[in-house]
Amino acid sequence: MEYFTLFMGAVIVNNFVLTRFLGLCIFFGVSKSLSASVGMGMAVASILTISSALAWLVYNFVLVPYDLVFLKIVVFVVLIACFVQFLEIAIKKFAPALYEMWGIYLVLIATNCVVLGVPLINATANYGFLKSIINAFGSGAGFALAIILMASLREKLQYADVPKSLQGMGIAFIIAGMLALSFLGFSGMIPL
Amino acid sequence: MNYWSIFKKGIFEMNPIFRLALSLCPALAVTSTVFNALGMGLSVLAVITANNIVVSLVKNYVNPKVRVPVFITIIATIVTLIILILEAYFPAVYKELGLYLELIVVFAIILARAEVFAMKNDVLPSAVDGLGMGAGFALAMVFIAVIREVLGTGMILGGTSLAIQIFPQAYDGPMIMILAPGAFLVIGLMIGMFNLIAEYQNKQAALKAKTACQQLAVQRGEAG
Repeated sequence: MEYFTLFMGAVIVNNFVLTRFLGLCIFFGVSKSLSASVGMGMAVASILTISSALAWLVYNFVLVPYDLVFLKIVVFVVLIACFVQFLEIAIKKFAPALYEMWGIYLVLIATNCVVLGVPLINATANYGFLKSIINAFGSGAGFALAIILMASLREKLQYADVPKSLQGMGIAFIIAGMLALSFLGFSGMIPL
Repeated sequence: MNYWSIFKKGIFEMNPIFRLALSLCPALAVTSTVFNALGMGLSVLAVITANNIVVSLVKNYVNPKVRVPVFITIIATIVTLIILILEAYFPAVYKELGLYLELIVVFAIILARAEVFAMKNDVLPSAVDGLGMGAGFALAMVFIAVIREVLGTGMILGGTSLAIQIFPQAYDGPMIMILAPGAFLVIGLMIGMFNLIAEYQNKQAALKAKTACQQLAVQRGEAG
């Protein structure tokens, strides 16, 4: 039950994009088309889960025993960048079709707030291994949910008559505001 | 290019938030109060300037192929230093900003300035560029925060000793402005406003060019 609460909390109540504002660059950049958003959401969710697991191992078996906790930012950034780079090379070699589909997103993910933020939150909150992974997967799923909803709205928006000065980014932000407003309705559902 | 124009460019024509739309995460997340926005803005100013100086010093010794990992490591080191300093001397700021300070590492604007400017210029211009970009970022943050805090609570710098009441005490502002949705709405409307201003300026410039052309034609006609 505890894990379920944690998962649902990460998906909707504390949605990373709409209540904590992480990963906005990708959120606004990619949400123009629905198919790209689905790909991006899945890529973020899977990379987030794996890199959080790696970060947890490094944090608890290297940084904490040697009293190097203050280096966690440097270590996590390098770790995630290396992991994503490695993944890119591996996918390019073994699954070229998948690389065609996901390749461009991987580069964008390498230095992204969400992917760095979740391991840092896990480290600060002292979550155990399973909890870290559940939190990371929930956050990734929340990101995917938000970006897919946003893309569906923006695709419909192409047929709307938007004032000229608000076209593009302006209206995208306002729609995100409305979406955040509706997600605010979930707050208080799960006590923190 | 003189130093003043390098500095000015970061504040107006290439403002990181309103013009380049880079590094939006902090612009939304910590602008619920002016105090937080100022703390974040100044931290970013320090990081971006220090990073530009270091990058322009080491640029000749870094193989272009590995430059991005090198830059990221430099930025992460500087951010760690800044966080340790803040934790020691300004615990209030550190407590408020927490995670977002750590995420300065991945701000696109810092890496972008290292790549675009510091990689090709000497130490002094790079430092000035960092100062200008950082100042533009900090100003934009404070600007957004002022709107949100005044509309949301009716005062600026609430909770500190410098609190200024803008609206009367009885003002019961919409909470939404200091919650998450308010940030999106304010920034969306502000982008729209900046677009309107840019459109107006373009129109004025076009009008000016047109009259200048006509004058030129008249003069030529007289000369001919």
